[in-house]
Amino acid sequence: MIQVFGEFKKESVKSREFLMLGFSPGSAPLQQRWRNNGLSADFLADYLTTFFPTDDYEPGTREAKLKGAVSYIANELLENAMKFNYDTCDYQITLKFKLYSDHLVLRVTNHIQKKIMSRFQRFIHELLNSEPRELYIRQIKRSKEDESISGLGLLTMINDYDAKLGWQFETVEPNPEVIVVTTMAQLPI
Amino acid sequence: MEITTEQYSIKYDAETAAIHCQGILRLNGKEYEPIAHLLNQVAALEPPRITLNLRELKANNSSGITMLGKFVFVVAKKKTIQLLIQGTQKIAWQKKSVMNFQRLMPKLQLEWE
Repeated sequence: MIQVFGEFKKESVKSREFLMLGFSPGSAPLQQRWRNNGLSADFLADYLTTFFPTDDYEPGTREAKLKGAVSYIANELLENAMKFNYDTCDYQITLKFKLYSDHLVLRVTNHIQKKIMSRFQRFIHELLNSEPRELYIRQIKRSKEDESISGLGLLTMINDYDAKLGWQFETVEPNPEVIVVTTMAQLPI
Repeated sequence: MEITTEQYSIKYDAETAAIHCQGILRLNGKEYEPIAHLLNQVAALEPPRITLNLRELKANNSSGITMLGKFVFVVAKKKTIQLLIQGTQKIAWQKKSVMNFQRLMPKLQLEWE
């Protein structure tokens, strides 16, 4: 069964450039791998700059803003994927970056258990039926440090970086149920 | 009060009632607890004015932004403390996040460089 929410689009083959990074969650404990999220996100943001050749990376330029946005969003997507991944299975987590003529797309794919999917979909439903800025303030006021799905990463992508988000859930194993989830963030360039 | 690691440092200077944040804060959930504790201790002191200097804080994640937002909210609820946040426009996440904090504390003062 496939379920789609938000602005999720199938991958188009017409991208100018793409880059994919793969991670093996079972290779080491989460805490040891955690720093890799930021390093990978910063690498992706640096890689992007090669397609916008300029000497002008001063704050406020389109290039500097894009670099900051990709670094932040890729890190958030990876952190979520690592945090909620079903680590007992051997599937990889992938982060794919695609550059098109007028936008770029980041996609993170990971595997989750059914109980995580239910909580995640409840939050997506709330997100799609709320004003994101109001929801952001509500979540900050009610979140606890250890709360697992506060959705503040997703909310900041929308509010602060004008990202369009979409999700696809597909069941790949029936018993116990394992679901592959792809989170897609689109940014204008 | 001070927390220093290889990645970041958070220092409270009691003389100036200023919290200086430096480095990269991309921690995993519960790792923020000691920093949140330090921030809450500063708020509990109830100095008339607190400065939160973020200018050297190069990167942050949503958990770190949430922790700062909760600190702003705690200070706002006390109604006795003036809060000034110092940020830089050179670092993309700062302006975007800090502007949202004004919705948690309309009297929040901001100083940009």
